[in-house]
Amino acid sequence: MPRTMAEKILAKAAGIEEIDAGKIVMANVDLAMTHDLTGPLSVAAFKKIGENEVWDPEKIVVIFDHQVPADSLEAAQNHLIMRKFVKEQGIKNFYDVGEGVCHQVLPEKGHVVPGEVVVGTDSHTCTHGALGAFATGIGSTDMAMVFATGKLWFKVPETLKFEINGKLATNVCSKDVILNIIGQVSVDGASYQACEFGGETVSDMSVSDRMVLCNMAIEMGGKTGLVEPDEKVIKYVESRSNKNYQVFTSDEDAESLTTLHVDVTDLEPQIACPHNVDNVKPVSDVEGTPLDQIFLGSCTNGRLDDMRVAAEILKGKEVSPRVRMLVIPASREVYRNALEEGLMNIFVDAGALVCNPCCGPCLGGHVGLLGPGEVSLSTSNRNFQGRQGSPEAEVYLSSAAVAAASAIKGKITDPR
Amino acid sequence: MDKIIKGKVWKFGDDVDTDIIIPGRYLVLTGEKELAAYVMEGCDPEFSKKVEKGDIIVAGKNFGCGSSREHAPLAIKGAGVAAVVAESFARIFYRNSINIGLLLIESKDIAGRILEGDEIEIDMDNGTLKDLNSSEEFEIKPLPDFMLSIMEEGGLISYLRNHLAEIKAQ
Ligand code: SF4
Repeated sequence: MPRTMAEKILAKAAGIEEIDAGKIVMANVDLAMTHDLTGPLSVAAFKKIGENEVWDPEKIVVIFDHQVPADSLEAAQNHLIMRKFVKEQGIKNFYDVGEGVCHQVLPEKGHVVPGEVVVGTDSHTCTHGALGAFATGIGSTDMAMVFATGKLWFKVPETLKFEINGKLATNVCSKDVILNIIGQVSVDGASYQACEFGGETVSDMSVSDRMVLCNMAIEMGGKTGLVEPDEKVIKYVESRSNKNYQVFTSDEDAESLTTLHVDVTDLEPQIACPHNVDNVKPVSDVEGTPLDQIFLGSCTNGRLDDMRVAAEILKGKEVSPRVRMLVIPASREVYRNALEEGLMNIFVDAGALVCNPCCGPCLGGHVGLLGPGEVSLSTSNRNFQGRQGSPEAEVYLSSAAVAAASAIKGKITDPR
Repeated sequence: MDKIIKGKVWKFGDDVDTDIIIPGRYLVLTGEKELAAYVMEGCDPEFSKKVEKGDIIVAGKNFGCGSSREHAPLAIKGAGVAAVVAESFARIFYRNSINIGLLLIESKDIAGRILEGDEIEIDMDNGTLKDLNSSEEFEIKPLPDFMLSIMEEGGLISYLRNHLAEIKAQ
């Protein structure tokens, strides 16, 4: 029977021939990630089950990225809990402070390959579907079950496929595409579904641009994002991992597949306005909105491609004295490459503040919080009320190009 | 698990996200009671003081959207909330709540018809919800069987303690 990628991967992981969307399966997990913020609860839950050893330390990755370096005693305490756990369980795939954001480090270090089931105690785990894995965010108690058994229940999702065609104009990015899609389908428009992205626009995109699409699948309620792996993905994976992989693709006539067509030929840069990710407007509608802070970074747009786009616009220019701009590379590798390419000089010369690889102000728990009444333009993925600090602050979301152009003017600006 | 749940209603709107339920700066906390001190701070900083044990949250669609933080259902449970009733729930929040033993009830068209302060009664066996102030009755969507067994055994941890060997052997 014709099947979707999601159905095929979950059937393989459950060790069965075929599985229909809507059914619940017990599947084997290939990779389990937890971080400094949700890890301590996972460890506590695991201990409560009464097991002493995790099912397979090789398949677990622990990363510190949300509050690094520790900014409070509580954070330091959480780091200690996780370091102790990693040591007692013999988990070798451990990245302490300084390596970067989980959803960048995981693929970079070759932990994610096509055809696997990846779970993480972080809702943006869906990012890894850009490499053709079935990747989804879970809670800490579910993670405790994975730690103990290597298995987890999954309701097999239906698939919503976005067939994206057309050539993007200069300085219109994959972020604009996904914001536009979320604006159309709404924050729960893809609830419980696998969001697959295909079409010529996606084929033309770099692996990192595809990660942007999959990263934000959760913002429309999606269970995972997925892109069919092509040569670009295989090249990326083979250069970083020596794990075996298996490429799955969706059959066009699969019963649980619904296709939506998106044409991006005339797409303008898009902005998600406060306080919901589906409150999306073309940049021309909000141009001139005065800003206090600009954040370039996060697991959505903190990659080398984003640094390049922003540096190109900021080259020889200065950040407006009206705003502060925070540049936070998503990983040490991104940081290192950006340094080598001279991008960091451009940011520093322009007056931006460069911080260590981490989540930064994205979740409002660490650096760069907003005060009451402040307005931020952020390349991250959520603009919920109170997300980046005060509930009275406002967060707009955009691409790296819009962020850079807006930094120069101190207000929301079209980068074209 | 109680089969009849009765309590006073606190009303919230659509798309109540996890940053509203428990803002990111409190995620360093892990205890249910500690977290409960900040529950719903994202939209009502006084809520934790007003809510009482046994109260029920009633909301619109997509409750719990956003992050996978289990701190969100923990904060609600820690505040003594007996159940959250909504028109729909976001996926991760839904699983997390059942896993930690916070009762979630899905029911259509309730948000506009139940008022804050109303007393409601949920009958799990009959699958109904009644607003005792207006006497209006609503149907509730039953939990999937395996989730019901997790709830009935007191959450995923105790469920795992009871069934670990058979799950491992599967
Ligand atoms: S960058 Fe933001 S969205 Fe991504 S993992 Fe960190 S806090 Fe979550």
